[in-house]
Amino acid sequence: MNKETAVSITLPETVQVFRNLKTAKRFAIDIGGSLTKIAYYSTVPCRRVSYDKDSCEDHQNENFTYTLSEGARLHFVKFETKYITDCLNFIAAHLVNSHEDMTGKSIKATGGGAYKYTDLIQEKLGLSVDKEDEMACLIKGCNFLLKNISDEAFVYHRNGNPEYEFQTAHTNIFPYLLVNIGSGVSIMKVESEEKYERIGGTATGGGTFWGLGSLLTKAKGFDELLKLAEKGEHRHVDLLVRDIYGGDCKVLGLPGDVIASSFGRVCQSRETNENVTDEDVARSLLFVISNDIGQIASLYAMMNNLKKVYFGGYFLRNHPLSMHTISYSINYWSRGSVQSLFLRHEGYLGAIGAFLKGAEEWDGDKYSWLENYAGSSGLKTGSVLLDSNVPVHQLELDRWESALTYCPLLLEPANYIPDTVDLNADQEAREYWLHCFEEKIDTFVSRAISSQPNNATAVERAELFKEKYIKRLHHLKVQPFAYGNLTVRSLLDTIEHYLREFDFPDPFLLQRQQENEFALMSLKERLDELDAMDTKERHKDLIISFLAGNIFDWGAKEIARMLETNTFGFNEAKAKVPERPWLIDNLDEWLVRMTGPAYSKVAIFVDNSGADIVLGVIPFVRELLRHNTKVILCANSAPALNDVMHTEMVILLKKISALCPVIEAAVTCGKLIVMENAQSGPCLDLSRLGKEIADELRTTDLIVLEGMGRAVHTNLEAKFTCDSLKIAVIKNSWLAKRLGGNMFAVICKYEKGIKQ
Amino acid sequence: MDHNILVKVIIRTVKYVTRATYSEGKSNANGAKWTTLTPAIHRMDGVTVCGKKGTLHFIRFPTAEMSNFLELAKKKGMATLVTTVCATGGGAFKFEDAFRREVNMRLEKYDELDSLIRGILFVESHYPRECYYWADPTDDDKCRKVTYDFSRPYPFIVVNIGSGVSILAVYGPNNYKRISGTSLGGGTFLGLCCLLTGCATFEEAIELAAGGDNKRVDKLIRDIYGGSYERFGLSGELVAASFGQMISKDRRDTVSREDLARATLVTITNNIGSIARLSALNEKISRVVFVGNFLRVNEISMKLLAYAMDYWSSGTLKALFLEHEGYFGAVGCLISFNDGIS
Repeated sequence: MNKETAVSITLPETVQVFRNLKTAKRFAIDIGGSLTKIAYYSTVPCRRVSYDKDSCEDHQNENFTYTLSEGARLHFVKFETKYITDCLNFIAAHLVNSHEDMTGKSIKATGGGAYKYTDLIQEKLGLSVDKEDEMACLIKGCNFLLKNISDEAFVYHRNGNPEYEFQTAHTNIFPYLLVNIGSGVSIMKVESEEKYERIGGTATGGGTFWGLGSLLTKAKGFDELLKLAEKGEHRHVDLLVRDIYGGDCKVLGLPGDVIASSFGRVCQSRETNENVTDEDVARSLLFVISNDIGQIASLYAMMNNLKKVYFGGYFLRNHPLSMHTISYSINYWSRGSVQSLFLRHEGYLGAIGAFLKGAEEWDGDKYSWLENYAGSSGLKTGSVLLDSNVPVHQLELDRWESALTYCPLLLEPANYIPDTVDLNADQEAREYWLHCFEEKIDTFVSRAISSQPNNATAVERAELFKEKYIKRLHHLKVQPFAYGNLTVRSLLDTIEHYLREFDFPDPFLLQRQQENEFALMSLKERLDELDAMDTKERHKDLIISFLAGNIFDWGAKEIARMLETNTFGFNEAKAKVPERPWLIDNLDEWLVRMTGPAYSKVAIFVDNSGADIVLGVIPFVRELLRHNTKVILCANSAPALNDVMHTEMVILLKKISALCPVIEAAVTCGKLIVMENAQSGPCLDLSRLGKEIADELRTTDLIVLEGMGRAVHTNLEAKFTCDSLKIAVIKNSWLAKRLGGNMFAVICKYEKGIKQ
Repeated sequence: MDHNILVKVIIRTVKYVTRATYSEGKSNANGAKWTTLTPAIHRMDGVTVCGKKGTLHFIRFPTAEMSNFLELAKKKGMATLVTTVCATGGGAFKFEDAFRREVNMRLEKYDELDSLIRGILFVESHYPRECYYWADPTDDDKCRKVTYDFSRPYPFIVVNIGSGVSILAVYGPNNYKRISGTSLGGGTFLGLCCLLTGCATFEEAIELAAGGDNKRVDKLIRDIYGGSYERFGLSGELVAASFGQMISKDRRDTVSREDLARATLVTITNNIGSIARLSALNEKISRVVFVGNFLRVNEISMKLLAYAMDYWSSGTLKALFLEHEGYFGAVGCLISFNDGIS
């Protein structure tokens, strides 16, 4: 066993709340009238398999070199302010840093309650309290979420399909109106990170709903009021246009159902009052306040020519009826000119902002953040419990060690949606994929266990991984929108997050290396075969081989079964490539293009290790290099399934160089380079690429996307300003049928670039 | 007829009974026997309508009492004097059948907003002290009504506060549009007060409000921040959240009916003020005329509106009020009716 594997692998914490307090470095707190949010930064020990050592001989012993590195994570925990003492006690008890260590350090605090609880925080945590401006924190938090978190903002359609229309994360988010609905309402116009102002507000807010609701009904607390409102009939309380006019009011263009006077029916006669229930009152109250906020927000938006209004604060709580009422009101009063957008993490704005205030050196130009699906609560997800039965919600963000940006080749970056199918809207596809992933989980479990054969806790961790992931799948069946758009990509990413969470950094490593070695043995022969062909035949065969290579995919369950027999080779795969015409077949156009002037620079987003990269992609690359084209192989930054990883690709190229002088020469003179694409899953989100690769892509005149993950589940419909070639074999019979083909249906989509 | 709370009847007394109007002589104005009705009555002397000089009598009663009114009208033989009554408001549609059935009278219906604006313009031009504003609205000693010269009115905003609220932008005698409105109006005030305090009438609710303090109910800026929120120039005394203190059971247990009524009145009034102000700014119109029965016997709201409009617009907007706040719809439709027959 390698000495570095001696680093002990422990079971992940069983505590599900306030995780990683042991390594917590810095705190911020946002104390609102009803909810408190605590933010902290922790370092997460994370084992990475080291790929740098060229030690494939040892692999027979199934031992790898691990390096222990520290990942950075942001934790946000939200709970009701009445539990603040319990939560502070919990933190104090679990902080490894002793009370003395904390003395002299400070905690950033914001929110109305910041001054009220200063002494308590100081006493419990030994931290001095630094108060930060509430609005500044809210805006900072909002900008951060909009720029970093996928599907953070959404449009809500109460009876629509999808019910939640999520928006992709963006770098150009300004200008917008931020309406923060706390006890009262504050309305801010935000023009840039630095430039914003509070342009207004109203005292009719969450506190009014809660306060009046407490006076008028028996509800205990805010959530109970919302529950009552779900069941009530506001027509028993409100006076409608029809009650006054006997029907619609045509002159004013007001339909009979419109509320003319909220609570207007109450005082009309004693008899009607007796029939009025708490539910009716709560509903009418929710309507009147949501409507009013929507109307005032739309007036401010129109006055300032703003098209987007985001909502934050504790009032909404992603409550469907409230979001619907506000959306309706904004749409009505702005005559459709203002869009209302809600945030999945609306409650965390202040805490995020306060935290970032204390950490300005965490430059948005250097880092970006990704939602950790394993450690975050979903929209409307039931809360987790702290040991003293305190319900909490949480959000965890992992730091990505570089800034991310759009692929510069996208035709319309602002409208780019990576995913081909929105599983929120497509019920049939959703049911299929959720079922498919649940069925496939055991292959992940067995591979995870076998990737750590000498580890005593591997089986236990793998079982925990399975339990958690299946629980998540079941939750998504009921609430598919819980983590933003549900897509094949998000389901795959979730697997990766859970695997890492349970310390299986790379279950497919051995698999990949063995396959690479195996494929390398046939490379020379394969290249000779191609060289014996005439140009036209060779160009065609290169595409067939590209496709044949793509059949070798352990991610597809039907293929995995075939591959496990060990009798399935490259020629068998070529035979599986169906006769033309293919499902999408632009081969002829591509072949014509290949006779034209050579491309100056081609970027290939590669897929699987083994036969795919070695026998499918490399010969294609060699052909391009012979035309004096520069080639960039874009590979994953972090491991995912059997996809080629950036660090592995570098090693692989060295080995290929020994077999192929064209590749060797190109690597030496920089004509062939490998770049990491900032992805850590088997799909490709072209709105999140590293700055370096994005710069390189600017001068690329052909982009090649390979495989189901990169060219079918995502990007199938993506349009580019340069030529694009999407190559994939569909190795899932359900998906193939749905797209109108059969198992092994071929996507060979070649499109000319669209000039802007 | 205005929104459901009140019905306004205008009876014009002249020397001759005309086809178009109905007179019962002074006896009516001095309080004819209205069975269970307790109407409120105003008058305006020396008014010329349709070339004839006379007195306008303004009477209002709750719409819920409509059946009693019809009963009375039947007894008094109203139908023998007039066959047609001009009518406006929502009830003009709703009670059309009842009028025909009970008293054999035809309702000549007029557009509600047309009538409102015609009424305002007519009354304003006939009654020199009709339009006024509140000077020093926050100072109880100095606060006073000041007559406002509204002879060149256009453009102006009308905020009509009945049970709900309609907001109109008026550019000329026949040129106006409804630009906004809100369901938080007089009906909401009365409805909420009714539920919160058990009061039964608007007058009772206003009386309660006059004796209460909303600061025991609302959450002020200082309740949250310990003082003012200086960064954005928000004084500590401003209401941050209406009814915000009522989330605490202790506070609920100690609050009085009067405080609750006052908080309700302040909440509704400030909200109307905000929407009116923003609507005016969006239309780029600086004069805002508040009318409607919500303002009747309600100086608290008028002064609050006067202050809020001035404060939040930094003096660019002016809140104006009219003496006959609730009757313009009825007057306007009478004028229209006379114009039609002359």
